[in-house]
Order: sequence, then structure tokens, then C-alpha cells
Amino acid sequence: MKLGIIAIQGDVREHGAKFQALGVELVIVRRPRDLEGVAGLVIPGGESTTIGMLMQEYGLVDAVRERAAAGGLPIWGTCAGLILMAAEVIGPSPARLGLVDMTADRNAWGRQVSSFEVPLQVPVLGDRPFPAVFIRAPRIRRIGLGVTALASVDGQVVMAEAGPYLVSAFHPELTEDKRMHEYFITKVKNCSAMLS
Amino acid sequence: MAEREVGTFKVKSGLAEMLKGGVIMDVTTAEQAVIAEKAGAVAVMALERVPADIRQAGGVARMADPKKVKEIMRAVSIPVMAKVRIGHFVEAQVLEALEVDYIDESEVLTPADEQFHIDKWSFKVPFVCGARDLGEALRRIAEGAAMIRTKGEPGTGNVVEAVRHLRAVTGQIRRVVGTPTAELADMAKELRAPLTLVKEVKMLGRLPVVNFSAGGVASPADAALMMQLGADGIFVGSGIFKSANPAAMARAIVRATLHYQDAAVIAEVSEDIGEAMPGLEMSTLTPADRMQDRGY
Repeated sequence: MKLGIIAIQGDVREHGAKFQALGVELVIVRRPRDLEGVAGLVIPGGESTTIGMLMQEYGLVDAVRERAAAGGLPIWGTCAGLILMAAEVIGPSPARLGLVDMTADRNAWGRQVSSFEVPLQVPVLGDRPFPAVFIRAPRIRRIGLGVTALASVDGQVVMAEAGPYLVSAFHPELTEDKRMHEYFITKVKNCSAMLS
Repeated sequence: MAEREVGTFKVKSGLAEMLKGGVIMDVTTAEQAVIAEKAGAVAVMALERVPADIRQAGGVARMADPKKVKEIMRAVSIPVMAKVRIGHFVEAQVLEALEVDYIDESEVLTPADEQFHIDKWSFKVPFVCGARDLGEALRRIAEGAAMIRTKGEPGTGNVVEAVRHLRAVTGQIRRVVGTPTAELADMAKELRAPLTLVKEVKMLGRLPVVNFSAGGVASPADAALMMQLGADGIFVGSGIFKSANPAAMARAIVRATLHYQDAAVIAEVSEDIGEAMPGLEMSTLTPADRMQDRGY
């Protein structure tokens, strides 16, 4: 199984190391042709304005949307990736995929001095709290009916899924814990099994 | 619900991780910050004057006017960094109170302390610091820097020093990796760096924090050169707003940094972007002109 990662800028290396440790090949996606043969896609943290603008410019917004519309491309967006996947964005709004019915509020936890770590209860990952790192993170202000909340901080949803899509406002790639990466791999496998 | 922890080293170095592969641009007004953001900058550095103008003006260069920093913070949604003088922890306290996203303890400004850099562990806001070699980088990390930039020679538009410093760091990292663990203590002494950090470099095969290139990048090809030499990203100081067409230059440098391995793209974006900033030959600089020698 081969996964792709949007590699415009941001924490591409960390996701790569995580998937490699789990025995999954992660290929760099900078052009539409790089999407060929990938069973799932990761959109990493970074600056959503920059990533959205350059994805648009190099034809990746349309290419990913087409693959998604054709059905069965699981996508996981972390932080900036979450913003790019949201249908609605509050504040300066970058070019984006708009695949998940939710409203994202950019940098709504505050500036960098308010960035934080917290042990997070994520029931789908088991009882042990997940070490969640929030960096100038977005808030999910609203989720649609088809979207399931998977974890919250102070009553605000910070992780959710909708069909083949997974979003997290924090950065699992910055910690040692591999459970979220395993969770996404399982999601991709289930999705591939359903299609075949 | 468990307590949230702010200002940890993970969130400090984590923000730098999010900037990797991007370009951070020096700006002196809100209008310039908007131009930088629209061109695809991942962050801006708010300052009173760009390094080339600081050279020209002479005298003591200090932290920017808080009013200017606030205007720039209001104008853009990307992270805003600002510079303080080496060792001037009160300027850093002021910038932390303004809630800038990153502080650059920078040799571009006139040093305030000739012996000690700022104790960066005592701040919630992260710091980036300059370095000319591995030892200097590790000394800054030991003081709490969450990001490094190789210094180059600011305000010259001449990339030669940026190349020298990045090659020094990567060459020394290769030596550390190739040195048996039992001999690392000696190496740490030679580098004047803490042994624990030298060991970490050996284990990782790179610096424990993100390392950008700075000080002399003035063209898309310069930016791609530094990326191919192993930089995690690029700081451009005077190179954008001292060029003939800043918006075009900014845009081109961002694209060349992204596609740094694709010469066809670098060629395409380099076309017709107006003249780069006028550069300075290193041999024309007196020892007092050399900003890179500031810091310890």
C-alpha cells in the first residue's frame, strides 16, 4: 500500500518517519501526476495560506477533488490540512478542498504563546490519553450531521471524521505515539477493501 | 480534563517544523507584510529597517517600534517574528508581551551583551538564533533556541557567507555522525558544545531543531542553492524589498524554494522578475561591518 503526502511545505518529514516505522511507503505529492496509485493522502501541518495557494497554482486542488469525487480517497488533514479540508473557514480563507462539512476558525486558540500540549482522551484510540500538540491551531466551530466528533478540548471538537476523511487540529506526527497513524492506515485499508 | 501546558520546547520547536520548506521575509511596513503573505511567505520578520539599510544608516540598531510590530501582526494571518539585540532580554520581554510568534535574537541589530545571550528557556515565546557552525548552533540550542538559522552576511545580497556557514554545519554534522560515541566528548570540547547535544546530533544525523539559511539570499537560484545544500527553509532579508520588483521577486523565491530540485521551474520563475538587489563584495567589508562575527 502506498500513501501520498502533500509536500508543499510543513512537517512532511515527521509524517514520513511515522509511516515508515509502520511499514507504509509515503510518497511526495507536489504535482497532480504524483497522486497516481496512492491509496490515501495526508495533508500535513504548515501554513494553510501558503499550502492552499501553491496547491491551487500547481493544479493539486482540482486533482485531489477529482480523485475524491471519484470515490474512495481517504484523506487525513492535520492542522493546516484540517483548514484546507473544511467546507467553511472563518477569517482569511485560503484556497482549499472543502471536503468536510464543518467550519474551521483559523488560529483560534491564540497566537504562538498560547500554543499548548495536553493529554487528550480519544476513545477510538483506547483508554490511554493521546499526547496532543496544538500549534497556532484552528478550532472547529461547527460540524455537519455527517461528521463524527472523535475528541474535544474544553467542549471544542479537535478531531473528527466523515466517511473517508479524518481531521485533527493537533500534530500527532510531533510525538512518539503512533496510534493515530495506525488509525489512518486502518481506515485506508478498510476503504480499499470496500472498493475492491 | 488534564491541564494544558504552554511554552514547552515541543510547541516552540514545533512551530519551526511547520515553517519547513518555506520562505520567511523581512518586512518594515504592514503593506510589505501583505505583499509577502500574498506571495506565499510562511512568516514575516517585522523590523524597523532591512539589513542593507541598517548598514547604510550606521549607529545603534534596536528592536522595532512596538506600534509597527502590532500593525504588521494585524495585517497578516501568518506568523510574525521580530528581532531583538543579542543579550537584550528586556526587548525580548516586550516582544513576548506583544505576543509575536517568534523572536530572532539577531546579529543584525547591535549586540547589547558581549558575554551572554538571552536565557531563552525563561520565555514562553520561541527563539531563533544565528550560527556560523555546529558549535555555535548547539550553544544557542543549549540556551533554549528552538530554531537555528545559519548567519551568512546580512544585507549584502551576496550568498557566499550563507554557503560557507551551511557547509560548515553540515560538514561538522557528518563528522559527528562518523565519530565513535566514545570519542564524542573530545569532539564536544572542540565544538565548545554540550556533549548531550552532540550525542543527539549523532543519533539524528542532523540538528535537533529546524535550520534555515539566512544572510545574502537575493535570487530564486540563491534560495534553491541553499535548499539543495540542506537548508530546511529560507530567510530573505533585504533581497525582496531592495529588489526592483518586490512582489515578483517574493513570488519567484517562494516557488524556487518549493521546487528547489527542479531546474526547469527555477528557470521559469527567474524570468523577467526585475533586477535583484545590488550586492556587496565581502572584501569591501571592514571587520566592523561584519555582522556575522557578533555573538559568541
